[in-house]
Amino acid sequence: MSSSVAVLGTFQSRFKTQHPELTYVEQAQEAAVGALHSAGMTPDDIDAIVFSLAPTNFMGVADADRWAIDDIFGAGKPIFRVHTGGATGGSAVHAAYNLVRGGMAKRVLIVGAERIAETPDAQKVLNLIFDTFYERDLPLSTNTSVALQASRYMKDFNLTQEDLARVVVRARGNAMRNPNAHLRGEITIDDVLKSPAIAYPLKLFDICPRSSGGAAMIVGDQASAERHCPNPAYINGISSMTETYWLGDRMGPTSRYGYSNLELMGLMAQKCFAQAGIRDPLRQIQVTELYDPYSIIGAMTLEQLGFCSPGTALRLERQGFWDWENGVVAVNPSGGTLCTNPIAVTGLVRAIDAANQVMGRAGQMQRPDVKTAISTAIGGIAQFCNCTVFGTEPVLH
Amino acid sequence: MQPTMEQEYIDDEITLRYRYSLGEVAGKFMNGLREGEILATRCSKSGLTYLPPRSYCERSFERCDEWVRAGLEGVIEASTIVVRGFEGKRPAPVAIAYVRLDGVDSAIANYIDGVELSDLDIAMKTIEPGTRVRVVFAAKREGRMTDFSFLLV
Repeated sequence: MSSSVAVLGTFQSRFKTQHPELTYVEQAQEAAVGALHSAGMTPDDIDAIVFSLAPTNFMGVADADRWAIDDIFGAGKPIFRVHTGGATGGSAVHAAYNLVRGGMAKRVLIVGAERIAETPDAQKVLNLIFDTFYERDLPLSTNTSVALQASRYMKDFNLTQEDLARVVVRARGNAMRNPNAHLRGEITIDDVLKSPAIAYPLKLFDICPRSSGGAAMIVGDQASAERHCPNPAYINGISSMTETYWLGDRMGPTSRYGYSNLELMGLMAQKCFAQAGIRDPLRQIQVTELYDPYSIIGAMTLEQLGFCSPGTALRLERQGFWDWENGVVAVNPSGGTLCTNPIAVTGLVRAIDAANQVMGRAGQMQRPDVKTAISTAIGGIAQFCNCTVFGTEPVLH
Repeated sequence: MQPTMEQEYIDDEITLRYRYSLGEVAGKFMNGLREGEILATRCSKSGLTYLPPRSYCERSFERCDEWVRAGLEGVIEASTIVVRGFEGKRPAPVAIAYVRLDGVDSAIANYIDGVELSDLDIAMKTIEPGTRVRVVFAAKREGRMTDFSFLLV
């Protein structure tokens, strides 16, 4: 009996700032129904549910997993809520994988939704993730903490804001092939440089939007894959790692991992690459769906994952290395997190977009001959990171 | 049947009040600020000195067994200029930095005062990582992080 776990169906909604036509739970339900249809299943086929739900302060409802029980057909089944900030969706996939791998369930529904724009006070909500006593009096948010990272990285490697802008141009251009993307379109480097400054060196266009919408994925064991799916995406590697809460502990000579280069990401990814038999990412991976809510983050991730050397990702960007059509690796054909960031399900959307490429279901975003694709996710202020490897053939580990 | 949408939203506002327990370690740090001192904890087993102070050393899994006064000068590890303002914080633009004070292994964040911010590129050069700064205490202190800030040396 094989212990492979495979993706059997996926769904994601059209992402936009708000969805006044649906409540939060109706949004989650739309995703659950969509994934069931995609996998050719009914709720009776599902043994367990993993609910992908990040901070609920954005929507002003405590523990909205309870609110959603009936809408996602959960009564009578085990439900597990997963929450690792922006990494939540990736962690949810890993939790579901382990439920199947461990034999507790044959088929698991991973589902969630996000309503970040339901409050105009998102900045205040994000400030609450910093230390109550030592950091909260400062204007710290995800934006400003990434700016701290970016200004250091760009100084260390002598990079310019133009280098960052080029990433955004590629992302928005790719997103034109993605019917669900929140932001998309042809923009220029100049448009990015002229967008309003937020926190040096980041401008508005270097930063992801606040997106609402839902997503769902169904994973199952080998027998379910054979019965329900002609072209499953096998989950051939998963890994996750956690870094200290304290940003200041990641700076200076005695820090464990570097803050300004996402060093933890590399150590984390080595584990799932080893599981999946990936020794040379550049040759063995055709598509990445990286968690890149800021123009700088995808570059750091590519370097840490071993696609290129430290400090070179933005230089290779100038040469079109990461382009959808003629690049060496198609980085974020969906437009990535820079174009769409529904926090609670962003990691799940990354995984869905990567799995769809392997299943040949990526529509206009599809790259030919995809054998292996990966997704990543990052949560908190890079406290949580995870990576998932999808392949057309199972790799047992 | 496609329902006609008439009303799209209901508005609400939630006010919650909190009184956070400081704990002995943070409490001692905040007292130190009132006295014009920045107090760090040190673990003799790992040799690491922590700011903000910690009760336990995360590396040695031993209790931090010593309080030390941090140097009142240090080096910028990471910095940025926050241009878009934050409700309830100082009016933007403001310069902030994580600074590793002399004798301490980790960095602590605060505002950098006195930076000319009219040109962001020039301003960033003056506060780039590696730059030395010193601690300056507010005249009136209340035992919170706003009791001090950094100034360029």
